[in-house]
Amino acid sequence: MNVKGNQSVESFHRRLGKIMWDYCGMSRNADSMKKYRKMIQELREEFYKDVFIPGSMNDYNPELEKAQRVADFFELGELMVVDALDRNESCGGHFREEYQSEEGEALRNDEDYAYVSAWEYKGWDQDPVLHKEELIFENIELKTRSYK
Amino acid sequence: MKLTLKIWRQKSPKDKGRFETYKVEASPHMSFLEMLDVLNEELISKKEEPVTFEHDCREGICGTCGLVINGQPHGPNKGTATCQLHMRFYKDGDIIVIEPYRASAFPVLKDLAVDRSAFDRIIQAGGYISVSTGAPQDGNAIPIEKDQAAKSFDAAACIGCGACVAACPNASAMLFVSAKVSHLALLPQGKVEAQRRAQAMVRQMDEEGFGMCSNVTACEVECPKEISVTNIARLNREYLSASLGSEV
Repeated sequence: MNVKGNQSVESFHRRLGKIMWDYCGMSRNADSMKKYRKMIQELREEFYKDVFIPGSMNDYNPELEKAQRVADFFELGELMVVDALDRNESCGGHFREEYQSEEGEALRNDEDYAYVSAWEYKGWDQDPVLHKEELIFENIELKTRSYK
Repeated sequence: MKLTLKIWRQKSPKDKGRFETYKVEASPHMSFLEMLDVLNEELISKKEEPVTFEHDCREGICGTCGLVINGQPHGPNKGTATCQLHMRFYKDGDIIVIEPYRASAFPVLKDLAVDRSAFDRIIQAGGYISVSTGAPQDGNAIPIEKDQAAKSFDAAACIGCGACVAACPNASAMLFVSAKVSHLALLPQGKVEAQRRAQAMVRQMDEEGFGMCSNVTACEVECPKEISVTNIARLNREYLSASLGSEV
């Protein structure tokens, strides 16, 4: 509210969305994500320096509400990149271009990544800490699904 | 396309409010709400306060949007919400008047946003089934006539947007209340409490300051979900028989 900059909340949301769409969409790779994680951080810094939120803090103010959401999206967006970088396999909606079969199908790595990633927030300028929740299958054997 | 908008601006519930005129350049492919987004971005770039309007799903299922456009709740098209109205229905040079719902039970919060919590309180008064009906049943376990199921489903299509109130010269909420009462009363799980429900919801509706129904049926015409006024007849029947048969 007190930044009183020159750019609208919407414009930041769109720029963040474009970065996520282009570099951390369904198909992503480590090289570009490393570069664009930095871009998200820079955009977030720009947001806190130059965002303009009209209206006042004590009235019904949808722009302020949107600004709070976008502020969260910066953290969530960066976390998505961190998580996608950590998972060196392709699985479901996470297709890492480096990990694909000769036919261009997703290549899972169950030996190293059969876990759910729970990330602990350590502060907005700190790297989150990974907690692994192992996936243990007792009655079935993990296999590759094929529609062919 | 270039448009002139006359929009109701009101800073707070206590402010008197007034129309302000704006020019906006829109594409025919935009939805009405996207056109307002464009206007708001322009206002923000000039450091002015954007127009507050309510929106959520933008696909006609949530009931959050609801503007009175040239005197019609949800605009000129039949059976659609404001978010489903597109600028291709307007021509270059058109003047469009945009107002909030006008009803004392829906006080204006800011600009085009109104407080519709009166509807929530009507639902809290009886728009539910009090017993736990358990997990979804097998489809054929409770036989319900197709006709009955279809009527209930049609009533359940109500998204609670409040356009019926805005369309009514008496600002009556009867179409909304009757849709909720019908949707539950027509099914076996809801039948048990049907009379008590009708009484409680009508009592709350009156307390909120909604007007009486005088069978104008403008509500049915403007309803984005085309809820039929036959539901109002059903509500009246439930209410009347509940009043006659109630325990004193």
